[in-house]
Amino acid sequence: MKPRTLPRTLYDKIIDSHTVKTLDDDGHVLLYIDRHIINEYTSPQAFSGLRDQNREVWRPATTLAVVDHVNSTEPERVNFSPDESGANQMKYLAENCEKYGIELFDLLDKRQGIEHVVAPEQGLVLPGMVIAAGDSHTTTYGALGAFGFGIGTSEIEHLLATQTLVYKRLKTMRVSINGALGFGVTSKDLIMAVIQMIGSSGATGFVMEFTGSTISSLSVEARMTICNMAVEAGARGAYMAPDDKVFDYLQGKPRAPEGPLWAKAVEAWRELKSDNDAQFDMQVDLDASTIEPMVSWGISPDQSSGISGVVPSAEQLATYHEKTAIEKAQKYMDLSAGTRFADITITHAFIGSCTNSRIEDLRQVAEVLKGRHVAKGVRAILVPGSSLVRQQAEEEGLADIFTAAGFEWRQSGCSLCLAMNDDVLRPGERCASSTNRNFEGRQGAGARTHLMSPAMVAAAAVTGHLTDVRKLVRGE
Amino acid sequence: MMMEPFEIVSGIAAPMLDANIDTDVIMPKQFLMGVDRKGLDRGVFFDQRFVADGQPNPDFVLNEPRYTDCKFLLTGPNFGCGSSREHAVWGLKQLGIRALIGTSFAGIFFDNCMRNGVLAAIVAEQDLKDLAGIVAENPGKPTTVNLQEQRISISGQIDLSFEIDELRKQTLMTGLDPIGATLQHRQEIVDFEQKHLQANPWLAD
Ligand code: SF4
Repeated sequence: MKPRTLPRTLYDKIIDSHTVKTLDDDGHVLLYIDRHIINEYTSPQAFSGLRDQNREVWRPATTLAVVDHVNSTEPERVNFSPDESGANQMKYLAENCEKYGIELFDLLDKRQGIEHVVAPEQGLVLPGMVIAAGDSHTTTYGALGAFGFGIGTSEIEHLLATQTLVYKRLKTMRVSINGALGFGVTSKDLIMAVIQMIGSSGATGFVMEFTGSTISSLSVEARMTICNMAVEAGARGAYMAPDDKVFDYLQGKPRAPEGPLWAKAVEAWRELKSDNDAQFDMQVDLDASTIEPMVSWGISPDQSSGISGVVPSAEQLATYHEKTAIEKAQKYMDLSAGTRFADITITHAFIGSCTNSRIEDLRQVAEVLKGRHVAKGVRAILVPGSSLVRQQAEEEGLADIFTAAGFEWRQSGCSLCLAMNDDVLRPGERCASSTNRNFEGRQGAGARTHLMSPAMVAAAAVTGHLTDVRKLVRGE
Repeated sequence: MMMEPFEIVSGIAAPMLDANIDTDVIMPKQFLMGVDRKGLDRGVFFDQRFVADGQPNPDFVLNEPRYTDCKFLLTGPNFGCGSSREHAVWGLKQLGIRALIGTSFAGIFFDNCMRNGVLAAIVAEQDLKDLAGIVAENPGKPTTVNLQEQRISISGQIDLSFEIDELRKQTLMTGLDPIGATLQHRQEIVDFEQKHLQANPWLAD
């Protein structure tokens, strides 16, 4: 590996400052990890590995465990999984946390929620940190100027035992987004447009730095949506340089530093940015003012388009892979080329997931739902990202709007984002969803998913078909 | 934990050349509910491999008699994208898959393969096409993957090279436990940690 001289990207700086040891000339380093989040379903075999080898956890205080994937989200909170094996995973997680001294937010904890909503909410994600978790959407933490990435179970075990990972440096991509977002267009639409543009493997092997006036104008929560979904373009990490909005967001959070330590930290965090003339391996530019609300029509997150469009035809596409992918998607989704999105009717509307279930998302949903009602024949479900988000939404009166509109108002968890609990769609059902993946079978075998922003899901829920939220709100 | 070392492996290769085959498809959610790694071979491609009553789906490629004992998959771009679930790789391994041969793999899946002794070999697009063509025309003829030499061949018909970085290659060839290897640097980690927490005191426990 050539020695890294100035100027450097923020990614390079963070990796350099966490490198325990360079392992070879190929870019492999032993990387120190500051924080580790675990859940009930990707961690059990990692703990079994530790137990089998009689290994200790290196630094238990850096790990937080959260139950989120298998639990019920029924309105009444109960401390069990709807399923025996899920209950077993929860029990094993609790036993492991107890044995190794790891903090656990279980279902009855008022801070419980989806791991990627909970960790920032608690102030556990700080600028400049390196964070790993056994979940691909760990990229979310980049919105706070941290570097987060997903790992498999073997690496969870490695991290628990050594506080490090054997890590290979990624290539760097800078995505510059400038211009004002139009009315009704959100950060979800932005990231869906980026994924559509570069493809679902367009950022494979890369870390993405998002920059530009549009990014600066977004709230921290809106930025999280972007970093969260960057993995759907294949990125193994995504981040934005931290700014005052990030520091304001963090100040006073339960686990954020306080007093003199806070001042010292902010001083250091202000240095966290790419050098002016830092070189990126790839550059992507986007004019935010050209983006309209997006919807996905296929079975890969890059198969999407602006709401005013139609389902594309395979003939328009050049390569064999693109053609077969389109045909496969249309067959699974039961859509034919030329169908207008506005003519696609839905059976379900789902608002939730680590992409879009924070309080700002819920406020946007309430804006659309106020004075409106879910269409006949549509089942509409809202699952807040954390128990604290749920509480806040109730305090702000949002929950009343949701229930008055005919939405089910649930407890927190991953729920229909991956349908590992009892929230599962049946074959042929079609869901407008604020989640991140429209894969075959993701919300239930044979079920069909259309990704979009929370406001767009709300609009589809009240009309019964995919709908341009801008027209609905303006009464067009 | 020791992994099964990978040196030279011969066997049948099966084509799965669609783009973006994700880990939800490779290992559906109902197989993620365990606390161990058992029984995941049944879960691999479950929704496509089996029809409603649990019988094999005759239209699914891995159910074709010529591919039922395959050791290699020829994979389309971005294979293994999506969820980090290592269950996908555990299942493939339990099904007897030793190597995936494709043009690109998703990042987490790629790492998970290495950690389980499954080779993810990156080949040029044209080489993959040629290999898939020869495999299709020669049922029952074995493909040989030689990791040391970084070659994939079908005797008398094709012999091509693949890419892998040295660290992955060594890990796969030796099958040694990476945690044990890292813990050899224990003192360096301790020293680093101490300096790191001093420089960033807000990160201390
Ligand atoms: S909400 Fe969905 S994407 Fe996020 S952690 Fe849960 S299952 Fe994964």
